[in-house]
Amino acid sequence: MPRLHDRFWSCPCAQRARRGGRPRAGAGLAAKGAEMLGSSALGSTLPAARDSRPAHGDRGAGTWHHDLVQRSLVLFLVGVGLALVLNLLQIQRNVTLFPEEVMATVFSSAWWVPPCCGTAAAVVGLLYPCIDSHLGEPHKFKREWASVMRCIAVFVGINHASAKLDFANNVQLSLTLAALSLGLWWTFDRSRSGLGLGITIAFLATLITQFLVYNGVYQYTSPDFLYIRSWLPCIFFSGGVTVGNIGRQLAMGVPEKPHSD
Amino acid sequence: MTLTERLREKISQAFYNHGLLCASYPIPIILFTGFCILACCYPLLKLPLPGTGPVEFTTPVKDYLPPPVDSDRKHREPNEQPEWYVGAPVAYIQQIFVKSSVFPWHKNLLAVDVFRSPLSRAFQLVEEIRNHVLRDSSGTRSLEEVCLQVTDLLPGLRKLRNLLPEHGCLLLSPGNFWQNDRERFHADPDIIRTIHQHEPKTLQTSATLKDLLFGVPGKYSGVSLYTRKRTVSYTITLVFQRYHAKFLSSLRARLMLLHPSPNCSLRAESLVHVHFKEEIGIAELIPLVTTYIILFAYIYFSTRKIDMVKSKWGLALAAVVTVLSSLLMSVGLCTLFGLTPTLNGGEIFPYLVVVIGLENVLVLTKSVVSTPVDLEVKLRIAQGLSSESWSIMKNMATELGIILIGYFTLVPAIQEFCLFAVVGLVSDFFLQMLFFTTVLSIDIRRMELADLNKRLPPEACLPPAKPVGRPARYERQLAVRPSTPHTITLQPSSFRNLRLPKRLRVIYFLARTRLAQRLIMAGTVVWIGILVYTDPAGLRTYLAAQVTEQSPLGEGALAPMPVPSGVLPASHPDPAFSIFPPDAPKLPENQTSPGEPPEYWGLAEGVPDSPVPEVTWGPEDEELWRKLSFRHWPTLFSYYNITLAKRYISLLPVIPVTLRLNPREALEGRHPQDRRSAWPPPGPLPDGQWEAGPKGPGGAQAHGDVTLYKVAALGLAAGIVLVLLLLCLYRILCPRNYGQPGGVSGRRRRGDLPCDDYGYTPPETEIVPLVLRGHLMDIECLASDGMLLVSCCLAGHVCVWDAQTGDCLTRIPRPRQRRDSGVGSVFEAQESWERLSDNGKAGPEESGDDSPLLRHRPRGPLPPSLFRDQPDLSCLIDTNFSTQLPPSESAQPEPRHRAGCSHTTQDSPGYDFSRLVQRVYQEEGLAATHTPALRPPSPGPPLPQVLEDEGGSPEKGSPSLAWGPSADGSIWSLELQGNLIVVGRSSGRLEVWDAIEGVLCCSSEEVSSGITALVFLDKRIVAARLNGSLDFFSLETHTALNPLQFRGTAGRGSSPTSPVYSSSDMVACHLTHTVPCAHQKPITALKAAAGRLVTGSQDHTLRVFRLEDSCCLFTLQGHSGAITTVYIDQTMVLASGGQDGAICLWDVLTGSRVSHMFAHRGDVTSLTCTTSCVISSGLDDLISIWDRSTGIKFYSIQQDLGCGASLGVISDNLLVTGGQGCVSFWDLNYGDLLQTVYLGKNSEAQPARQILVLDNAAIVCNFGSELSLVYVPSVLEKLD
Repeated sequence: MPRLHDRFWSCPCAQRARRGGRPRAGAGLAAKGAEMLGSSALGSTLPAARDSRPAHGDRGAGTWHHDLVQRSLVLFLVGVGLALVLNLLQIQRNVTLFPEEVMATVFSSAWWVPPCCGTAAAVVGLLYPCIDSHLGEPHKFKREWASVMRCIAVFVGINHASAKLDFANNVQLSLTLAALSLGLWWTFDRSRSGLGLGITIAFLATLITQFLVYNGVYQYTSPDFLYIRSWLPCIFFSGGVTVGNIGRQLAMGVPEKPHSD
Repeated sequence: MTLTERLREKISQAFYNHGLLCASYPIPIILFTGFCILACCYPLLKLPLPGTGPVEFTTPVKDYLPPPVDSDRKHREPNEQPEWYVGAPVAYIQQIFVKSSVFPWHKNLLAVDVFRSPLSRAFQLVEEIRNHVLRDSSGTRSLEEVCLQVTDLLPGLRKLRNLLPEHGCLLLSPGNFWQNDRERFHADPDIIRTIHQHEPKTLQTSATLKDLLFGVPGKYSGVSLYTRKRTVSYTITLVFQRYHAKFLSSLRARLMLLHPSPNCSLRAESLVHVHFKEEIGIAELIPLVTTYIILFAYIYFSTRKIDMVKSKWGLALAAVVTVLSSLLMSVGLCTLFGLTPTLNGGEIFPYLVVVIGLENVLVLTKSVVSTPVDLEVKLRIAQGLSSESWSIMKNMATELGIILIGYFTLVPAIQEFCLFAVVGLVSDFFLQMLFFTTVLSIDIRRMELADLNKRLPPEACLPPAKPVGRPARYERQLAVRPSTPHTITLQPSSFRNLRLPKRLRVIYFLARTRLAQRLIMAGTVVWIGILVYTDPAGLRTYLAAQVTEQSPLGEGALAPMPVPSGVLPASHPDPAFSIFPPDAPKLPENQTSPGEPPEYWGLAEGVPDSPVPEVTWGPEDEELWRKLSFRHWPTLFSYYNITLAKRYISLLPVIPVTLRLNPREALEGRHPQDRRSAWPPPGPLPDGQWEAGPKGPGGAQAHGDVTLYKVAALGLAAGIVLVLLLLCLYRILCPRNYGQPGGVSGRRRRGDLPCDDYGYTPPETEIVPLVLRGHLMDIECLASDGMLLVSCCLAGHVCVWDAQTGDCLTRIPRPRQRRDSGVGSVFEAQESWERLSDNGKAGPEESGDDSPLLRHRPRGPLPPSLFRDQPDLSCLIDTNFSTQLPPSESAQPEPRHRAGCSHTTQDSPGYDFSRLVQRVYQEEGLAATHTPALRPPSPGPPLPQVLEDEGGSPEKGSPSLAWGPSADGSIWSLELQGNLIVVGRSSGRLEVWDAIEGVLCCSSEEVSSGITALVFLDKRIVAARLNGSLDFFSLETHTALNPLQFRGTAGRGSSPTSPVYSSSDMVACHLTHTVPCAHQKPITALKAAAGRLVTGSQDHTLRVFRLEDSCCLFTLQGHSGAITTVYIDQTMVLASGGQDGAICLWDVLTGSRVSHMFAHRGDVTSLTCTTSCVISSGLDDLISIWDRSTGIKFYSIQQDLGCGASLGVISDNLLVTGGQGCVSFWDLNYGDLLQTVYLGKNSEAQPARQILVLDNAAIVCNFGSELSLVYVPSVLEKLD
């Protein structure tokens, strides 16, 4: 966790450095303006313009903190929403079974599921852009909200398929979903860091799920792979990629209003 | 590698050709595509619509057994039985369908009799059914044992407690309305009210109580006062728990025996099972809704990227239509080839859309839009297509590959999905290429037209970005409209209407299509048609008569038909009252003659005096329950808390029961009130009472009324004829293009540009600007009070112009420097000296009388040119005489004669009075006769000369002594009020000049810090200085002048004596107050209004002072950069713009910041407000218009390079901006360009740096060293 923290704080520096370019351009503009205004009285605009620089920088840093909080909030909400919906899907199809006592709560799923997923989404969503900037290869592939929406839709579709499709056997289902997940990564991400992080997330999350199921927190109807369903890693992988996609978009598209459903 | 290259080449070429084709024939291609879509979607008609309606399954009654509970699926053939047909149904429903009528209908019977006695038979029937007992070998079995026993109603249905059975068999009949109590029924005075009292008032689709109890849809029951069929139908509904074939058949046999139905053809051999689907719950819907939300977000974010096109929404719609119709096509095609979708369409649909995607469409748009703007549309489309062809094909191939891989997963659901997706992809590609490309070409073409109006996207406006863009545009514009540079081109108003408010657009649309008129006309025609047809005297009767006449059978019937004395051939007044019904041969029993005495009590049986409603049983009666609401049975069972969701019920074949009552029974059943309330006493009842029935009892009045009807019918017919006649007249007399000016010519011109959608061509107006020339260098400061105009150039010359005529009234040269650099003005030396001097001498009259237009149109008026020329000469001369004489005298009389010379002097030597005078004298050969005493304020005599020429100033030069030459500096600020000019110089010197005379009235130079801004308001002058201090001066005038009057005489010129201008006026300027350190840094902006003075400084703050006592009220902080511009007006609105690109709005009363907007990249260069909006311009050459109250940006206008700051507001909705050699007028409310005025070709290169709006609807703009004065009355008329 401390390392994670380091990363968070290392990002703003890079960000600020990047922002440094803009004020300089502004100075150029001011110079141009001064020229155009003629050689008249107000000759001393430039020094004043330069004076205003520090204030700019401070504010930039301030908004960055604000931005971080905002991003994590949005990611958290997205995670909660997706968890609610997708869990509902699984519960409806009797894929996941929760103990009786928690069934009566919100949307007939355990209360701890949405917050956990939300937190995980926030962490993953912040982690992706951070790693990008760390590796020094900012993600440029299809960086637009439409593509992000498409990605989310495909992710939901994968979940839908996992819950609703009737397959001959579990291996087939798992292989199909794995192919779909890889396709998702190829279509929307195509970055090595995304792949690596996705696989890590899938691995960790599967372990955690197995731990939970082993302790009887909940269970799956027809476990075929160490108490859980074998397609679960695929879901986690594609979920990680999706959330990472959202996080990256949020990190770059500050002026754009993020969509939260 | 080469193969790829070649392939690429080929594809690109193919796309290029295709693009050319699409852009060339848009309409045929779109039509063709639409046809294709429709053709492919045709098979969809066969698909069942998805829904939650019940599903039926029919089995024969014979050997019916309830299906086993858990039937083994393997053994079942797939098609035979539906999946739900498992286990016993919830209930078996037996309907006993009763039809009854009072058979020999007598005319004296009342309407109530139709249903009262038949309904009363229901009680008897119910009794029979209840008491039916099956006795056979196995013992006795009563109804109670087989029927469905119900318990309590749901608690929420207390209202129905008495009406629906509880704790017993579920047996429904109309008798339930009266609690199955015959006495209660007989005591009921108003049956219909009782039946209808539980009907819901509002529209409701689910089953009502009446439907439940009657078991037939309301309109089939026949329980109504106004029915023509005298048959009453109802059912008695029995619900069985178990299927007991013997009991049922015995019941059927018994009822059929008791109430035989002779002509019944019901076969009664099939059992219908109805399965009700599960009600969709919210939880089920949530994932679905989520996917749809994601889908819409995807579509939204995708289409948002469409930019730089004419109609964003139109293209977005086209994109969505492309995707959706490709999906429909794919489903249609798949169905055509025998693949029926088994997946839930609603669930996979979003995924299909996402897989197919809108990307290609967007890529296409982007690539087409980014082609050079000046190309032809066809070529643009073709280029755009071909440049993206490779990537489109590659993407398509990739997606197809992925999907094909998915197809080989061999999972049926995925295979099906993939199949749909593949076909969808292919058809999407087809539609993209044909439909969307064509739509795009149409859109681009529309934008090309709009392009002529300089509605270019911001990027294209920048010359460096698109070097070809601008010249091409100009050429095109010139080609379209070969106009002189001064011609105003009024833009076609169709473009002006682009941003009309929605309601107006709707109204215009209605007006354009004349929708309302056409609807009304069509409605009228239909109405008339209906009238003609149904009118008693109308067509129908006539036709009927004709038919009967022609038919061989009808020959006999025609004879007794009376021919009434109508004008119309068909004016048979009313069949209801006809003595002989027209269809006599067909309904022979319908014959009653009016003369026949009403036989009131003669209800002899077998005397049929009206048509007997035959109780017939047709195949439609067999399944009348189908006509009930599909929620009928679920509603009934839900009353007892039994759900039918995912279960089924079985409907047994109905048992027909026919009840035939004779009139006597009907009469016996009457309630005493029936006759009183519903019907008038019989008396001499008119015949055909039943036919008259529908019109209400009042309709059947008396026989004598027939004539009245005849008259009415006649009038109606006449009216119709009149209407038709008028219609014909209208068609003949009024041409189609009624309301369009000029008929044919108007139509022809419609294709032209300058004609709007309604055929209105705006008049072409010309605006000729007055070009004011006279400055040597770029004009820097401008000030005006509406009457006079003062300008100051970089060289330091100040010119005073008459704002009305454009005459130069006075020139105040720069004091010293000019002398040295005078030679520099050689560049203007080409101008002939003689002409100048001539003009100078003749000047007064000519310049006064001749309008500039007459002289030199394109170049601008002559007088200005005269003025412009003067300086050079003067300079030349000055150099010669510069050092000659000491400054001693001012000679009033001489300069007057020598206009040319005098002005020359004035210019070059500036205020070096001595030199001037010296030179003058030399030239004139006159001795210097001057009185030094005259100097300080110039006395009367010089004035006339000033008026004639600008030469006046040199004579007045005497005051110039007052300013030390060393103290001169460049002029940094200028203000004008009345006839006083206040000049602030870089040396910190404040001067007050008389504008007319060009005389320095007074000056003050206590502080050496340059005056950066000035405010001159009501005898009060405020000067802001570079060191941040503020000086308040007050002006004292000893004699009030009347500047108007004075100038009037001056304008006429050549009036040597101006008595008005006596030497008595003294202007004194006192420093009243100094705020030493108002700001830490130079004050850059200064404005005053409403008794407040606002300063803006480079120290990022604004300060508000009270004007009277120069007391600082507020210091406003909020900008993060130096303040560049400030606006304040009488309504205490204060706006400020700074180098941070932000605009702040402040409340002057409280000093609080109202709003803060990040407006521009770079400085805000100027700022002004109207009542509703704030207009700002910035260094980014954008003019942005903001809502004043909310701070929301309405829109922004891209300006030409370097013209960013030139803007002015003429009225609340008219904005004027400057451009390269032109000014443009904009409608502020909609952001539409109204017109652009080109101010001379030669000034095209010069951007309009400043624009000043005078209050007499003139604008002054500053093109380098020239000023243009433009009157815009035409625009004002248009807008106000």
